[in-house]
Amino acid sequence: MSGFTTLLMRDLRLVLRRPGDVGVVLAFFVVATVLFPLGIGPETNVLARIAAGVLWCAALFAALLSLERLFAADYEDGTLDLLLLAPWPLELAALAKCLAHWIVTGLPLSLLAPVLGIAFGLDGTSLLALGATLLVGTPTLSLIGGLAAALTLGARKSGALLALLALPLCVPTLIFGAGAIETLAAGDGIVTHVAILAALALVALATTPWAIAAALRQAGE
Amino acid sequence: MVPPLLEVTGLSCRRGGRLVFDRLSFGLGAGELLALTGRNGSGKTTLLRALAGLTPPEAGTIIWQGVDVGEDPETWRGRLAWLGHLEGLKGDLTVAENLGVAERLRGGEAGDRLDGALVAFDLAGLAAREVRTLSAGQRRRTALARVVLSQAPLWLLDEPLNALDAPAQAAFRTALQTHLAAGGLAIAATHAELGIEGAQRLDLRGGGVRDEP
Repeated sequence: MSGFTTLLMRDLRLVLRRPGDVGVVLAFFVVATVLFPLGIGPETNVLARIAAGVLWCAALFAALLSLERLFAADYEDGTLDLLLLAPWPLELAALAKCLAHWIVTGLPLSLLAPVLGIAFGLDGTSLLALGATLLVGTPTLSLIGGLAAALTLGARKSGALLALLALPLCVPTLIFGAGAIETLAAGDGIVTHVAILAALALVALATTPWAIAAALRQAGE
Repeated sequence: MVPPLLEVTGLSCRRGGRLVFDRLSFGLGAGELLALTGRNGSGKTTLLRALAGLTPPEAGTIIWQGVDVGEDPETWRGRLAWLGHLEGLKGDLTVAENLGVAERLRGGEAGDRLDGALVAFDLAGLAAREVRTLSAGQRRRTALARVVLSQAPLWLLDEPLNALDAPAQAAFRTALQTHLAAGGLAIAATHAELGIEGAQRLDLRGGGVRDEP
């Protein structure tokens, strides 16, 4: 088994040993999302119009909740040193950890969002589109969030700093993710939006592992 | 005369603007142990981290078998076994899982050697226990078992005897002697006597020039 697969499986196993950590993230997503229909009232037109934006923002905030611990746990227990000293590229380790984060947060959020979209009165096509855009867009959130987590490693108030760093960088993904559902409502296709989300994910994939590795080396000094 | 496997020349390190050590030079051959001594803050941990490549030195070279380790850091990291202040163990994984994962992260496979490492530190009965349920000494023994399991030629150990009781210290000495007898090298920062005959000693006084054989 390669170092990449070992690290990925280790992080997934750690999540399975403490499922409550992921449960809190998903519970936050559900509660934050459901508050909107309760607060705004049963105005189906209004709810359907804001649904994509609300669900995307809630997914982003939920993903950020768990990002603070992405590297902090390894930093605190000394396993980060072992990763820094592993005889294979640290960039791959960064990628493995972001992938693990996406599997335990981005993926379930993408599957859960269409279910919650029902409360907003979204039709079947929009629900599928919502799930699809989140599937394509959430890897970007994990990668950018991973970079912010690495940059704020060891800092005081790292959670707030992480959000301040990550949120602006996630704006393009948020715009095209939420915009896809609005475009669909206007009668157009979402292929362009999904393609742009995929392009953003590829750009993040091509750049963030190197930046994360550099930030981790700096933190390890 | 056989040249040393590890040659450190003119190594200087600065932390937070303070010169921790300056122009430090030493060599270490097969089967040799170097004990780093000195007061708290004298730079023992910094030297270990600089040797591992975790902390970039301000100046100096580290040569392994005639090759500057900076030329191929990944290969260099593969030759190291690291034991830091922190054990580097995951509390939610068992002892055996921690050792297996650590070895695979190094690109190896623990296989049958896992049992030997566990027995060497009297951990066989704890193999299935989650590390968070262990005492400090048991965690230290697990981390030392990871070092033994690695089969790396150079051990870098920061206070290896920390939290160990007398039987565990004896087990560590046995493991270290076996490693040295097989031609391995070790550098250990310590406040206590390691109890290994023929060990070299480098006293780091901190904040100034140290250049001691």
